[in-house]
Amino acid sequence: MLKNRIIPCLDVKNGRVVKGINFVDLKDAGDPVEQAKIYSEGGADEICFLDITASNENRETIYDVVEQTSKKCFVPLTVGGGIRSIEDINKLLNCGADKISINTAAVQNSKIVIDSSKKFGSQCIVVAIDAKQNGKKWEIFTHGGRNSTGIDAIEYAKKMEECGAGELLVTSMDRDGTQVGYDIELMSKISSIVNIPVIASGGVGNLNHLFEGIKLGRASAVLAASIFHYGKHSIKEAKEYLDSKGIPVRI
Amino acid sequence: MNVTIVDYKSGNISSVINSFKEVAQNKVKIEVTSDLNKIKSSDKVVLPGQGSFKSCIDALNTINGLVETLNDFALNSKKPLLGICVGLQMFADVGYEETETKGLSWISGKVSKINNHNGKYKLPHIGWNEINIVKDSKIFKNIENNSHMYFVHSYEFIPNDKNVISATTDYSSNHVCAVEEENIFGTQFHPEKSDKTGLKIIDNFISL
Repeated sequence: MLKNRIIPCLDVKNGRVVKGINFVDLKDAGDPVEQAKIYSEGGADEICFLDITASNENRETIYDVVEQTSKKCFVPLTVGGGIRSIEDINKLLNCGADKISINTAAVQNSKIVIDSSKKFGSQCIVVAIDAKQNGKKWEIFTHGGRNSTGIDAIEYAKKMEECGAGELLVTSMDRDGTQVGYDIELMSKISSIVNIPVIASGGVGNLNHLFEGIKLGRASAVLAASIFHYGKHSIKEAKEYLDSKGIPVRI
Repeated sequence: MNVTIVDYKSGNISSVINSFKEVAQNKVKIEVTSDLNKIKSSDKVVLPGQGSFKSCIDALNTINGLVETLNDFALNSKKPLLGICVGLQMFADVGYEETETKGLSWISGKVSKINNHNGKYKLPHIGWNEINIVKDSKIFKNIENNSHMYFVHSYEFIPNDKNVISATTDYSSNHVCAVEEENIFGTQFHPEKSDKTGLKIIDNFISL
């Protein structure tokens, strides 16, 4: 039986791990290579790096982080943040990333999803969707949640599947950093409309939120950051909790 | 001893290289090349594969003499060869991804899309799934039955002779996830991404 995945996400800035509350107020939580290794040894099903380096001169730092990590971690490694071109994707894959998560560039021009999934295979192309609720709908935001687009998140999810995305990483901007749980309605709406796996993200504050993301949000995988980073819970605890609630996990 | 990972410029093989180097350390030489003479003289060959069946076959055919060299290695020299993911799928006679494409015909059979039962099963089949070991394959030495392996694929290999199947996994149906036919080994899952158990399979292959 296919297991639901637990994915710790490390926000990386200038080669160091940080995690913010609503994308501001960043704290330093250590070395990404060591953290990734601790997570993979602790049973993480995948590792996700989100590069939030702002300045272009420090953009190169992520390549080194990915290269070092891929020599120590033998579980899938997803890298996102600031991906602009096929060349960026190629470079990260060559450094040892297994999947690339594309956000803003896919909104600006869906051709990058079509071209990259053809060139590298759908299995390594994840489209990241940052959505904020607006009345009864959800709207896509880009540039780390700063820019509104007017694009409907549900329709966009379907379109990205058609363009060749292998997975969707759906983040609720309303919930991110709040620790009040995933936006279940958003997750389940997207998950039921597409036939590719959905990774739920944004808002995890306790282990039951992971359960809700899978059971109610119908996510194939759940992504979380803070609850793992500061030692509140280990991956093992999360898996034992989900197992006790009848969710299939790899233990 | 040396093991050659065939680099035929299709998809991302960094993880395969990293995992084999991690397992081999300094005991075994890991070559990454498409040089025909190096492939011929190596003790073992790894055939990775990412992307579509068609794109991988096309990429193999782009390198002059590569398919003939691999045929000779696998079928005449009968030295150990491991196909991973689409690398395994290419053993078949034919694949149906994108368009009907002729395979290497090393193990008779076809590669078809996994039946998603009208959307009940999401595709690709991504994540960790248990393998049911159905044959005492050499690469499964000291691997427990029902171990978890990491999968990413939408197509499955359906061999004509069921005796070649060494493991299956349950997703949509009980589909083939590993084969062994004499010196030819293949895994649909990614041992290079399957943590310690996956590395053990790589170790078993290197130690053959």
